[in-house]
Order: sequence, then structure tokens, then C-alpha cells
Amino acid sequence: MSAGLRRLSWPLIAIAALLLVDLFFGHAFFALRMQDGHLYGNLVDILRFGAPPMLVALGMTIVIATGGIDLSVGALVAISGATACVLISDLSNQNSVAGVLGAITVALALTTALGVWNGMLVAVVGIQPIVATLILMVAGRGIAQLITGGQIVTINSSPYNVIGNGYWLALPFALYLVAAMYGLTAALSRRTALGLLIESVGGNAEASRLAGVRSRSLIILAYAFSGLCSGIAGLIVSSGIKGADGNNAGLWFELDAILAVVIGGTALRGGRYFLAGTLVGALLIQTLTTTIYSIGVPPETTLLFKALVVTAVCLAQSPAFRAKLVQPRRRRVSTGDRPPPGAQPPERAVDVPA
Amino acid sequence: MTTVENARDRLGTPHRRIPVRYVPVLVTLSLVVAMFTAGSLHYPYFGTGQVFLNLFVDNSFLLVAVVGMTFVILTGGIDLSVGSVVALSTLLCAELAGHGWPAYAVFPVVLLVGATLGLAMGSIIHFFEIQPFIVTLAGMFLARGLCYAITVDAISITNPSFTRIAGYSLALPWELFLTMGAVLSLVVVAIGLYFLHLTSFGRTVYAIGGNRQSAVLMGLPVARTEVLVYTISGTCSALGGILLSFYMLSGSGSLAVGMELDAIAAVVIGGTLLTGGTGYLLGSLLGVLVLGLIKTLITFQGTLSSWWTKIVVGLLLLAFILLQRLVFHRQAVSKQ
Repeated sequence: MSAGLRRLSWPLIAIAALLLVDLFFGHAFFALRMQDGHLYGNLVDILRFGAPPMLVALGMTIVIATGGIDLSVGALVAISGATACVLISDLSNQNSVAGVLGAITVALALTTALGVWNGMLVAVVGIQPIVATLILMVAGRGIAQLITGGQIVTINSSPYNVIGNGYWLALPFALYLVAAMYGLTAALSRRTALGLLIESVGGNAEASRLAGVRSRSLIILAYAFSGLCSGIAGLIVSSGIKGADGNNAGLWFELDAILAVVIGGTALRGGRYFLAGTLVGALLIQTLTTTIYSIGVPPETTLLFKALVVTAVCLAQSPAFRAKLVQPRRRRVSTGDRPPPGAQPPERAVDVPA
Repeated sequence: MTTVENARDRLGTPHRRIPVRYVPVLVTLSLVVAMFTAGSLHYPYFGTGQVFLNLFVDNSFLLVAVVGMTFVILTGGIDLSVGSVVALSTLLCAELAGHGWPAYAVFPVVLLVGATLGLAMGSIIHFFEIQPFIVTLAGMFLARGLCYAITVDAISITNPSFTRIAGYSLALPWELFLTMGAVLSLVVVAIGLYFLHLTSFGRTVYAIGGNRQSAVLMGLPVARTEVLVYTISGTCSALGGILLSFYMLSGSGSLAVGMELDAIAAVVIGGTLLTGGTGYLLGSLLGVLVLGLIKTLITFQGTLSSWWTKIVVGLLLLAFILLQRLVFHRQAVSKQ
């Protein structure tokens, strides 16, 4: 088993366990059927509805790797959808591809610019990330409602519809977007020195700066990337419901994204990140949601399960918890209580990463 | 707060006598005065005592939750579970009242639930050294999930012992009045002020926020204080939920969504530093008044839509964070 797979073993086991539950509760859960050349079924739904959270979590991973956090992603999802839908609804011909592409460009440029704003507050002004992005988290939903005029703007545009509802080679189009973004990020950050530099900033921004790493630009870049990812997620969400809802689009996304990152083994303290882990973490959350829907428990109770998962994962990652409750074992290959992915050396953290 | 610090605390020129640490609170105070004056000049029925008192009546539950939040933020922590604990408390009130429990039997139970949640979160944060942010996030999920596990519907409260208490109000001179909830919330603020400024517990809260390691090395009861701070916040949220259930005369799991953001905003606008160690409870009270005034002004204005509240609150957050950055950065530089 490769090191990567081993780090992913716990979330993968959790997904397998959930799927096993599904197998007991409904035999139709795994049914896949082809219709008009499109693949349908619960498994495809998990991937399809998981696309926006996976994208948001991708951006969040990079931000958390720099030692930050981005609370504004949910609001950015709403802003991106609102901008695109309002622009498209103003088009004389909503089916014009050029018009839709223009609207998408404006929406993505806007969320990326808002990401740069977050990054500036963190890197240039020097505000704590939680506080800096809290501003946009509060104001962002207001901005989204301002853009839509408080209405739910509905559109009927076939090119835009492709993003959230379209299929290509039997699979949902949104999945290709996710794959492209993850592939691009992995290539850019792991085939070049970029990933290493981001991790060094997360480890110690000041030391990195003194070592000649351009910490500020990298931090701004990370938040801008998170803004871009949220923007794309917003397009998928609004295209999926064929409209923009400033109030509810992307609600709780920031929490799910942070949860996915934590489950995936990227430590909230920064300095390390693990893209594949985030992907699996986001899939785990989506599998949980779909499972709860399919076994007929009230969907709102998903929150209870999430609470348990967050607590368990955080306790497993906490050096203090392991030191207190688990016998410290030095053997690296023991599988039972292996330090989970991204576990930090057992130093005592005193303050919140700034 | 020693004399040495006081001497350094002053604004640039020596003849000005306002300590730097009071500046954010004073800015908030002038903001409250300015907003109220502007409202009174613009709208004929704004400048009355009752409009001012209604700020307390309509925000009593927020005010109580903000007291707990101030304690938490002063230690450098954060409590994201406030809104959902409030919702859980309203639901418990409504559910138990629906089963015929009298009000005086319901309150201890609800307060105990809130305190227990806070105690559990505080213990995990302190003993397992996990970031408060993520632990209280789990608490937020847990409390909301518990609500929906009880029921997904809204329950209205018809229990006579509840409706009677909800109807109580304190008559003041000049035909002014305060509801029971508003009076209670002011009592909670008074108790909070006492503990924060006049007991060693309060000093320890500031010490932990100022520098945790120093507090530990000084032998202060850091463990007890930190766990207690989250317990206080949980209890305050539960009391906030009780007040909200009086105010709405119903309970539901979908109430108070995002209230933790309002509470954090009120604390920050009130001049408390989110890194902890600096701030005043009275500032948080002023912060609640600012939030209340924004809503009241938008109601009086009539044509502005409700989302402007969010945008204005966001802008105020930004302004106050930048102000703190300016004020306390200078202080930090001079200390070095």
C-alpha cells in the first residue's frame, strides 16, 4: 500500500461502511442505469451533488495550507451564481454562447477579486484570517441579495444549463470541471515548487519571507484561488437549480469545506496539505448526506452525524488526546492507532495560526 | 493596567488624556449617539425614549448571548455554537411547556443543557488542545442536529405560565416600559460586569487572552477559567434562547440561524480584540445597540431592503477591525 493510500485509509473505510449501510437498507442504491446515453443512479448523484463542495474544499485546502482559513466561500458561491444569473437574464438571447461565456467570466472575475481582497486583508493589513474573511461572510450574502434585488432570479439558458445539469460521455459535466481543477492544482503545485512554497508559508510565514519566499503574494494567491473555486462551485449550484438564490445558495458550504479538509488529513494549523485527502473527505460528506436521504432518516439529522465525525477526526488528530488516551507507540507501521494523515509533531500549540 | 502601561497608553501627544485602550469603545459610543441623533432628526417618531428602550426589548436575547461571547473572545477563543444552542433552548422550552411543565421547572433544565454543552466544548478545547473554532463548530452541528432530532416543526407556546411571564413588563416614568426579557438581559450584563472587572476570575480571563503562556507560568487557574468561560457562554446562550422563546412565544430548530455572527460582530464593534486580552463588556453592549440601531433605522427608512443590514454590518466590522489594527498596532510597536 502506498503512503498516500495508507493516509486515506480511514476516510475510505468510512465511505465503504456507509455504502454497506446503503446495501442493507435499499438494494436499489447501487443500481445504475443508462438513459439517453446518460448514467443515472445514487452513486452518480453522490459525485454530481458532491461537485460544488469538492471544488470549494479544494480552494479551502490551499488556504488552510498557508495557515489561514476562508469563511467567505459560502457567500462567494451565492455571489457568483447571482452575478451570472442576473447577467444572463439581461441578455436578449439567453441561449447565446458568447453571452453566457461573458457572464461566467464576469462572475468568476468578481469572486476571484473578492478572494484577492481577503488575501490583502490577511497578508498586507495583517488581520487574522478568521476575522478577515468573516467580513465577507457577513456582507457577502447581503451583496448577493443586492445583485439579485432580493429576488430569486430564474433563467432559461441552455448553454448555462450544461454546467450543472449537462452530461458528457455518460457522466455529469460538473465532474469534468472538478477533475480539471484538481488535476491542474495537483500538477501546478506538485510538479513545480509552488506547493512546497505554499507549505513553507503555512509553516512559518515570517521565516519563509526571510528565506526569500514571497509570502504575501503566495497568501493572496491562495485566497484568490479559493475565490475562483467558490465561483465555479457557485456556477454549478445556480445552473443546477436554473436560478440564483442569494439567501440559500452555498449555505453552510464553508463548514462542509472545512470539514472535508480536516477529514482529508490536512491539519488546520497549516504547513501541509493533501489534495486527494480533501477529495475523499468531500466525497465522504456527500455519501453521508445521500445515505441519510436514502434510508429515510430526516435529512436535518445529518448535522448530528457531522458533529460526531468532526469531533472524532479532531480528537484523532490532536496530539494531546493521543498522548493522554492512547499508549504512545513508536512503531511506524502499526495500523491500529497510527497517527492520522497530516498529524503534527506533538508540540503544544498556544495560539491560533495567524 | 499598571501605571507604566498607562503612561505608554496615551495617544501620540502627551496632553491628550484618553488611554488608547478606551478609543474603540469611545468610537462605538459616539457611533450610537450619532446614529440615534441622525435618526431623531430625520424621522419624526424616532427620537423617543421608547424607541431607545425597544433596542433592548428587541435584542434582549442577543445581548445575553453577547455577554457569554465577550468572555470567550476575551480569552482569545470563539464560540460558533451560540445560534444553535439558542435554537435548541427555544425548542426545549416549547416542547417541555407543551408537555405541561410549568415555566419555573423548564428554566433550570434548559440552562443545565446549555451549561453542559458549554462545559463539554470547553473541556475538549482545553484538555485536548483542539482549536476552539472547530470544536464549537462541532457543537453548532450537534445542537442544531439535536433540534431536528426532536422535531423539524415550529412549536408555539400556549402554556399559561409562559404567556403570563412573557406579558410582564416593567413600567417606567413617562409611560415608558421594558419587558421582562430586557430587564433580565440588563441584569445579566450587570452580573457579567461584576465578574469580569471585580473578581480574580475576570482578571484571569484577561490574562489568558493577553498571553496564555504567561498566565500558565504565573500559576493562574487557566484550565478552570478556560472551561468555565465556555460553560458561561453555553449558559448565556441557553438563557438567550429562553428570552427568545418569550419574545416569539414559539420554539423551532430553525430560529437564530447565523446569530453567532451577529454576536461576534457586536463584540468586535464593541471594541474587543478577537485575539483576546483587550476589550470591555460595556463595549459589547454598545455593539448590540449599534446592530439594533441599524435595523431600526432601516425599518424607519422603509424603502431600504433588509439585506442592507448585512452589508452595513460587514462594513462596520471592517472599519472597526482596521481601527483596532491602527490603535493596537501602535501600542504593540511601542511595547517592543
